[in-house]
Amino acid sequence: MSLEKPYLGIPGTTVFDADLARNGYHLNSFCMSLMKADNRTRFKANERAYLDDWPMSEEQRQGVLARDYNRLIELGGNIYFLAKIFATDGKSFQYAAALMTGMSQEAYAQMMLSGGRSPQEGAACMAPETK
Amino acid sequence: MAKLTAGIACSHVPAIGAAMELGKTDEPYWLPLFKGFEPSRRWLAQNTPDVVFLIYNDHATAFSLDMIPTFAIGCAEEYKPADEGWGPRPVPVVKGHPELASHITQAVIQSDFDLTIVNRMDVDHGLTVPLSLMFGQPQAWPCKVIPFAVNVVQYPPPSGNRCYQLGRAIRRAIDSFDANLKVQIWGTGGMSHQLQGPRAGLINKEFDNQFLDKLVNDPESLARIPHVQYIREAGSEGIELVMWLIMRGALDAQVREVHRFYHVPASNTAVGHMILENAR
Repeated sequence: MSLEKPYLGIPGTTVFDADLARNGYHLNSFCMSLMKADNRTRFKANERAYLDDWPMSEEQRQGVLARDYNRLIELGGNIYFLAKIFATDGKSFQYAAALMTGMSQEAYAQMMLSGGRSPQEGAACMAPETK
Repeated sequence: MAKLTAGIACSHVPAIGAAMELGKTDEPYWLPLFKGFEPSRRWLAQNTPDVVFLIYNDHATAFSLDMIPTFAIGCAEEYKPADEGWGPRPVPVVKGHPELASHITQAVIQSDFDLTIVNRMDVDHGLTVPLSLMFGQPQAWPCKVIPFAVNVVQYPPPSGNRCYQLGRAIRRAIDSFDANLKVQIWGTGGMSHQLQGPRAGLINKEFDNQFLDKLVNDPESLARIPHVQYIREAGSEGIELVMWLIMRGALDAQVREVHRFYHVPASNTAVGHMILENAR
């Protein structure tokens, strides 16, 4: 018997459920380690070597190196954990959100100022690479 | 006896805290938002509680994926503002109320809500931004705070109905505490927002304003909203609104709306705020 997942069809949206949390445990634990200044310094000095210390998949490591947040979410990354990566890069939540939507940060900020993405626009959302 | 005097709903966007710390509150982007909280600060100056029971969620700060309590109550003497990766917010240490917190814990667990008990924890922007919005930038917070953390990070969070019923149990526990204390209950987070994926930036004003209306007059219908509807209509992070239902469940059936404010945007988020007093 499998779990019911009524949230799977929502466009442009990934729900961090038990299966993703299991796949993403080590990835998210790596992110959590960036809460400490010493770890951020070590990570910035040699990202590849730092990532190799964590038992995550090669795909997850590549996603981190490429800062491909949409891919990392598919691979079990949770946005509040991934935020530790872009905070380490000195980037804001709005920067990361714009990146994931495929918009420029300026265009995204303007969309928010104009009231945000409406539910109608949201219904038509696809990943940037499939547009 | 302790008396529950009011409930407050309030979003907890981290950029709001940063705007205060960087002195940006008078800038055109932020001014309308802070204007919306001026009546609340005046009201709170007249109606300062002894204790705030503050419902919030931790954002991968105190709780990693190592431990994920669905409901966690803080019973400690104090809570330090957390370092969320760029140093702790420069806000006062949060003083707890261990006696009332322990009393609520025991009473609520005996009412079939299995809380996790926390005696040491740092608190992140989810808890401190609402305090800043309501009280400004004092040297010390003007009241004690009982932090109550709800898991909304890993799906599924508790259902709306579970939250609403829990609020009722918390109310009974507060009512039975034998000390002359004025207690407020705050529900934080929301309103519509999505921080992740290609649909990031979603805002649903219609959903939000209906939610605010029903929070006053028809909370039981809100308690029946399924998770998937929050995610579809209010965004993947809009599901935080279940925390407001704990607050509402603790109030009387009949409430008086003292203040309401709704504003888009604060960074990626629709900000909603309401002060409700028990009608009697």
